[in-house]
Amino acid sequence: MTSALGKDLLDLESLSPDQIRLVLDTSVPFKEISERAIKKVPALRGQTIVNLFFEASTRTRISFEFAEKRLSADTVSIASSGSSVQKGETLVDTARNLEAMRIDMVVIRHGASGAARFLADRIESNVINAGDGTHEHPTQGLLDMLTLRDHFGSLEGLRVCIVGDVLHSRVARSNIWGLRKMGAEVAVCGPKSLLPRAIDEFGVTVFPRVEEAIEWAQALNVLRLQLERMTAGYIPSLREYNRVFGVTRERLDRAKREVLILHPGPMNRGVEIDSDVADGPHSVILNQVTNGVAVRMAVLYLLAGGKPELAEAAKGASGGDR
Amino acid sequence: MQTPVRDVLLEGGHVIDPATGRDEVADVLLRGGRVEAIGRTLGHPDGAEVLDCTGAFVAPGFIDVHCHLREPGREDVETIATGARAAAAGGFTAICAMPNTEPVTDNQAAVGFIIRQASRVAAARVHPIGAISVGQKGESLAEFGEMVGAGAVAVSDDGRPVVSAHLMRTALEYAQTFGIPVIDHCEELTLAHGGSMNEGLVSARLGLRGIPAEAEEIMVIRDILLARLTGGHVHLAHMSTKGSVELIRWGKERGINVTAEVTPHHLTLTENAVEGYRTAAKMNPPLRTAEDVEMLQQALRDGTIDLVATDHAPHHYDAKDREFADAPFGIVGLETALALVVTELVDSGVIDFRTLVDRMSTRPAKLFGLPGGTLANGSDADVTVFDPKFAWEVDPATFLSKGRNTPYAGKALRGRAVYTIVGGAVVHRASEARPG
Repeated sequence: MTSALGKDLLDLESLSPDQIRLVLDTSVPFKEISERAIKKVPALRGQTIVNLFFEASTRTRISFEFAEKRLSADTVSIASSGSSVQKGETLVDTARNLEAMRIDMVVIRHGASGAARFLADRIESNVINAGDGTHEHPTQGLLDMLTLRDHFGSLEGLRVCIVGDVLHSRVARSNIWGLRKMGAEVAVCGPKSLLPRAIDEFGVTVFPRVEEAIEWAQALNVLRLQLERMTAGYIPSLREYNRVFGVTRERLDRAKREVLILHPGPMNRGVEIDSDVADGPHSVILNQVTNGVAVRMAVLYLLAGGKPELAEAAKGASGGDR
Repeated sequence: MQTPVRDVLLEGGHVIDPATGRDEVADVLLRGGRVEAIGRTLGHPDGAEVLDCTGAFVAPGFIDVHCHLREPGREDVETIATGARAAAAGGFTAICAMPNTEPVTDNQAAVGFIIRQASRVAAARVHPIGAISVGQKGESLAEFGEMVGAGAVAVSDDGRPVVSAHLMRTALEYAQTFGIPVIDHCEELTLAHGGSMNEGLVSARLGLRGIPAEAEEIMVIRDILLARLTGGHVHLAHMSTKGSVELIRWGKERGINVTAEVTPHHLTLTENAVEGYRTAAKMNPPLRTAEDVEMLQQALRDGTIDLVATDHAPHHYDAKDREFADAPFGIVGLETALALVVTELVDSGVIDFRTLVDRMSTRPAKLFGLPGGTLANGSDADVTVFDPKFAWEVDPATFLSKGRNTPYAGKALRGRAVYTIVGGAVVHRASEARPG
């Protein structure tokens, strides 16, 4: 059975604008479920889902788990620190074992770029990429877009700047592809040592200074700066990073218009983003988290073969196991 | 090959021998392991096996100066015997084995082991390459003299670039005593920074760490300058970038003793082959851009790059069946090299057959001081007879190499070795080798 999204959700680069729109639209009815007293519908009853987390993650894993449980799926979560290689079992063996257990879906987070694709090519179950190395994090891109659409009404023509370590960011790649497909104008801003050399070929504007980015953008998606970038020689210090590229209240105050603030989390307060910005009136960082569950419910539902027009009906069915 | 071999008459083929300038249809008589005569009126000498070569080219045997045979150490991946048989099937009469074995081929006993193993199999000749430094550690020079005495034809630290410019300098100086080339894998490791493919749009999209062209070029110019400093012969392995070609041209114009090789894959594939995280297209140096490929092809044509070498690197299939960044570099090449060059370079008009033979036989023999490389009367009867039109499809399951790791599986190619003859003995006959 091929769903409207295909077998897997591995990246946003290969999705069509219609497919992205479908996920965003399908998320809307699912959002309401989480507001109920009984947060459960039977849409995925009888489906088994494995959450395979080879990399530490709290937010994404819990978000997926809630999405699955609220759709009544049976789930197992496996967290394994370190790579599969260190664990002694290869990813291909992991794939074969999962296949042998006849599971319906796998959500995978892995430190190697292409790991989700690797798994998807080898098993018949649906595979959802929950972040692979420095490649993509498609559900994060989708939830960012849903949050932007909630606020601005449309993504068409919207000016969004992604600020920070684009080179190592799977969130940045998913945002660039997704937003551009939906007609937004996308820019990136960060020290050149943290931008891919081929960034110009992605169809984005590059701002060398964060002040210019703030002046231009209607929304900033501020990326987490991994602390190890400093020891690896990409930037001299976190302190200087904050002084030159930090999204601060002072910088935002100088802008002519209000700028919406997004951050995929977890935040390094005082490094890439100041606390009063993260907690300020234009921050939608917690809306992103709320939307994350809805977007993931939509993706799970659609990959399982759910009809988009029935999402409303699925929601309408009385909650709880029967 | 101790038993006296039967005379062989290669009848009716198109003989191409750049070393003597011969380029015509003629018969070739091989006797006593040597080329006895070439002409059109040789008749059918008594007792000679007559091989019909009509429609085929008869060339001095192809020589691959860069391959990995994995023995000793990883006999599960390749052995000297399987590698030498794969070479013969691919039309190579001689191959040079890189020293990255376990243990490293860095002394005369290790070199002697390779020679001994190779002598047990009737296939391509195997010439060992010794390590530059003990254990390939880049610290102290290995015993070049003793290794050459045991049969080594060159030195190289292979996949481990010689980091120390001082060690590279002394290697280039010391090697001159024995008249052997010093081969370097040009990669500035701190710039390559653990990358797994070419740095560019594809690596940025796939989220894979890239290796910039400059990581190769920095070492290319360093080695050329050290060759100028020392007067030694530096041979640059598997060139992959346009910039490297420009630097080699610069060095050759100044009379510096630099030579270079290019692999069939760097001549025919771009970084796009990596799409979908295909580990079969993961090699070091990485596949580059279309612009680089075009420049490498032109450089092979005009001689800036001297020769084609395979960098045959077999790996166990398990090793390649994993996440891209964790998979090993390298592909097998012995059984596809000839057909790739015929199909992608000759048939497309980049080079002619005379140039193909020059770059795959004449020059490798000359630059590495190896037997073969010519069909002059009295020379070793190392001959490759190849059919340039034979159409086939790459099926790794039919390889004689133990390695199956190739990005060309399923590719339609033209050209194959019909007979491979080493020291007058026919070690490969296409009709008997495999179906298709």
